[in-house]
Amino acid sequence: MNYLYLGKRLVIAFLSLLVVSSVVFAMTMALPGSAAEIILGTQQTEQSVQQVREEMGLDRPLSERYVDFVIGVFTLDFGDSLISDQPVTEMLIPRLIRTLQLAVVAMLLSIVLAIPMGVIAAAKRDTLSDTAITNVSYVGVSLPSFVSASLLLLFFTTGPLGIFPSGGYEPLSEGFIPWVRHLALPAIALNFVVFAYVLRQTRSSMIETLESDYIRTARLKGLAERSVLARHALRNGLLPTVTVLAINFGWMMGSVVIVEEIFSYPGMGRLIVQAIAERDLPVIQAGILVPTAAFVFANLLADVVYTVLDPRIELGEK
Amino acid sequence: MSAQETQIRSDQDETLLSVDNLSVEFAVSDGRIQALRDVSLSIESGETLGIAGESGSGKSTLAYAIVRYLDNNAHVPEGSIEFKGRDLLEMLPAELRSVRGKQIAHVAQNASRALNPSMRIGKQIRETIELHQDVSGEEAQNRVHEVLDQVNIPDPLEVAKRYPNELSGGQQQRALIATGLACDPDLLILDEPTTGLDVTTQAKLLDLIEELKGESDAGILLITHNLSAIAQIADRVNILYAGEMMEKGPVDEVFTEPANPYTQALLATTPEIDSQKDLRAIPGQIPELGSIPDGCIFADRCAFVTEECRSGQIDMESPTPGHQTRCQRWETAVEDPIKSGTKTARTSSPGDVILEADDVHKHYDEGGFVQNLVRDHKPVQAVQGVNLQIREGETVGLVGESGCGKSTLGRTFLRLHDPTSGSIKYRGTDIASLSKSEMKEFRSECQIIFQDPDASLNPRKTVKRIIARPMEMFTDLDEDERNARVDELLDQVNLSGDLKTKFPHALSGGQQQRVAIARAFAANPSLVVLDEPVSSLDVSVQASILNLLDDLRDEYNTSYLLISHDMGVIENICDRLAVMYLGNVIEEGPLTEVFTPPYHPYTRSLLSSIPSLDPHEDDTRIRLEGDVPSARDPPSGCSFHTRCPQKIGDVCETDEPKLETVEQTSNGQQTHCIACHLDDPEMSKPLDEPAENL
Repeated sequence: MNYLYLGKRLVIAFLSLLVVSSVVFAMTMALPGSAAEIILGTQQTEQSVQQVREEMGLDRPLSERYVDFVIGVFTLDFGDSLISDQPVTEMLIPRLIRTLQLAVVAMLLSIVLAIPMGVIAAAKRDTLSDTAITNVSYVGVSLPSFVSASLLLLFFTTGPLGIFPSGGYEPLSEGFIPWVRHLALPAIALNFVVFAYVLRQTRSSMIETLESDYIRTARLKGLAERSVLARHALRNGLLPTVTVLAINFGWMMGSVVIVEEIFSYPGMGRLIVQAIAERDLPVIQAGILVPTAAFVFANLLADVVYTVLDPRIELGEK
Repeated sequence: MSAQETQIRSDQDETLLSVDNLSVEFAVSDGRIQALRDVSLSIESGETLGIAGESGSGKSTLAYAIVRYLDNNAHVPEGSIEFKGRDLLEMLPAELRSVRGKQIAHVAQNASRALNPSMRIGKQIRETIELHQDVSGEEAQNRVHEVLDQVNIPDPLEVAKRYPNELSGGQQQRALIATGLACDPDLLILDEPTTGLDVTTQAKLLDLIEELKGESDAGILLITHNLSAIAQIADRVNILYAGEMMEKGPVDEVFTEPANPYTQALLATTPEIDSQKDLRAIPGQIPELGSIPDGCIFADRCAFVTEECRSGQIDMESPTPGHQTRCQRWETAVEDPIKSGTKTARTSSPGDVILEADDVHKHYDEGGFVQNLVRDHKPVQAVQGVNLQIREGETVGLVGESGCGKSTLGRTFLRLHDPTSGSIKYRGTDIASLSKSEMKEFRSECQIIFQDPDASLNPRKTVKRIIARPMEMFTDLDEDERNARVDELLDQVNLSGDLKTKFPHALSGGQQQRVAIARAFAANPSLVVLDEPVSSLDVSVQASILNLLDDLRDEYNTSYLLISHDMGVIENICDRLAVMYLGNVIEEGPLTEVFTPPYHPYTRSLLSSIPSLDPHEDDTRIRLEGDVPSARDPPSGCSFHTRCPQKIGDVCETDEPKLETVEQTSNGQQTHCIACHLDDPEMSKPLDEPAENL
């Protein structure tokens, strides 16, 4: 592994975070209305608004607030919520953990389901099982997450199949079963977003791999088809899927907002929606930056995993 | 048949593999392709059978049929493939798997793709051993090192730990052969083992196959379009054409007295070194095998064809026992065989210098600011100080192993790259200083033809638009004049006018290259750079393209810079030759002088690497050790000293030899220069006499 290159990539990752944080800062500054007005509601007077703004520090010069903000980003201190006065980090962390649970479970679901199905479809290309799997994935691609989430909510929380709660969250410490019951539907809905893409990517790259010369070499060594698949095809065929997973992870984070809202899941998504409504600037800023950072580092991780899987790729070589 | 019976039968020294009346068909959307028809062959243990033929003749299909690895749309309507008394076509999948890799090893072409890129070499070999033999881990590991050693890979322990991309092309091919040898197979199928490799690497690989032949009593099936390889290695040869066996017999007989017009034509079209052979192209092309015409399949291209050849079934006839030919007129063919003519020396004397390279250097990948700051980054020194002149009407050959910088130099000549230092002058003007309009003129006068026409022709344009494009850009011709010129050019490159509306993918490789040539000549260029113009083409097509280039040169008085690794091609059309090694020109001079002593040791080894078509030729060839060193870190002194068989001593490692004149023609214009520390007598030894220091 090329550590110099890894260092360089880390520096670039931090630079892109700096850029994103500046954009986020500028955007939140441009939001019309302010938290002061929201808090005071209908009782606001010009004087009272001014007073609350001063208390919140919203009257300080922009440059000063920007510097504070950037320092905050890199020390992981986003200040206090304007509304609840709680430190933002304190509000964010439990919700981040919940959202990550949701995202990771959804991701694992698609790894466990989509990759094997893609591999089977490729290995049994042009048979009935391939056609069935491919068609299911077509439906998946064309179904937006709010539709699939709503359908799940409709069928599995009420009526004869109503075996899941319609929303909320139970921590794992309260027991595995309640945890799973609360997590299942939102995770499945979120999984729908990436499942079809991961499956199709797996299928097409596996088909390409299975047609390559070294697979022929393996078969002509006398290896049975199962060994050919396991020893020679999987590792090479799954490489492009790793990248797709990383990209999809970021994409899935985008759908989290909708899915959490539909299932009333107390995660990052709901927090951000609420914070925007209340013009709670520090919460908005942190709420956008944290997933961005997750995305940047997920891609970096994918590149590292790539080099482990494929010895031909060396980080930093052209 | 029981296993015991099989054992007894094979003990009776019977035929190892016997293919009888085999036909293979492929179902395609509009019918079927009869890829192999009534093919029979046999191999005994310890024997090497060569199978030759143009591409499309069905050689690889035959090899895959033997290991029963045909595509799903394939169908075997008749025939049998008996291996050690058992019909492979009847075997159940599990039986077949126990034969594959263990008793029959298939070594595919293109080793770089046939090895799994993400598995270590050792593991790939070991896998076969553990699959078929009941051995301990340690025994398997030892066997891995043993077979790697057997294929002459230096340091097998180290190489076993490497991944395929960490090996050179020649080593990859060796590793793939080692995989095939792992279980000591009874039959080894080698499918184009030397294709795509450098001449020097090819020669060493052929040596290896010859060595393996002596060591084991396995039968070897050598499939190749390279007739010289068969002449050198095989005991018997079968010539395949369009899915039918044309001639079968001992190599000695078939190569010296071919009794089939197709074999004769193939031999006449193969370039040979030192023979002043005027290549004779085979007219026409291999037929589509959708519907098989009545009579002889080769009739349309045959020089001996009569009306009788075009009807009925043509059977095998035997000129001598053990020698068969599928030709009714073989007696006529033997009496008056197709011979390549003798080349007449070109008389035209070259004119003024049109392109001149002055101390040209070209470095790649010089590294970014950070890379150079943090560590000592070394650029790839592709071209290191080349001086070369090309005169009007002259063909200069640029030859060397892959990675020697010849293509880079060719492209730098056309300013497709800018040189790192040094200058290139076109008719006296430095091309780096050309204005935009002068540059346009330069572009119209200097053209390039690439190795792979399939990749260099725009797939979305018709042949007509491709050829007319340079005229639109560089000439004032109106549309009618351009159309007339396109017709004229198509005629000159021997293509039918019907092809005008076709797209490149509808053409064969040879036709595509003709279109590329017509395009290059469209704007009347004064110089054409030919970058390996025939190396992706079949040997029968090669000859016709070379003859075409020869004719066009005389017609247009064009200069060529011909880049090739193939000495046979170079000899065929060049006037002057520059030999490159690791970015330096190490020998330069008129063709005849470079091909005769004194030789630079590198030129000597290149020349002697070329296998001959004569199966009786003595083998006193020089083999270069190792691979070309990295151009990032070229050796000190003479860059060839690490592989030179005639190295004198320290002087070679410390002092870089300069190009010095060894011979001069009377007019003083053409000189023969060599960059070497050796003295003249040492370099003047004839090719077949090994040098003292060897």
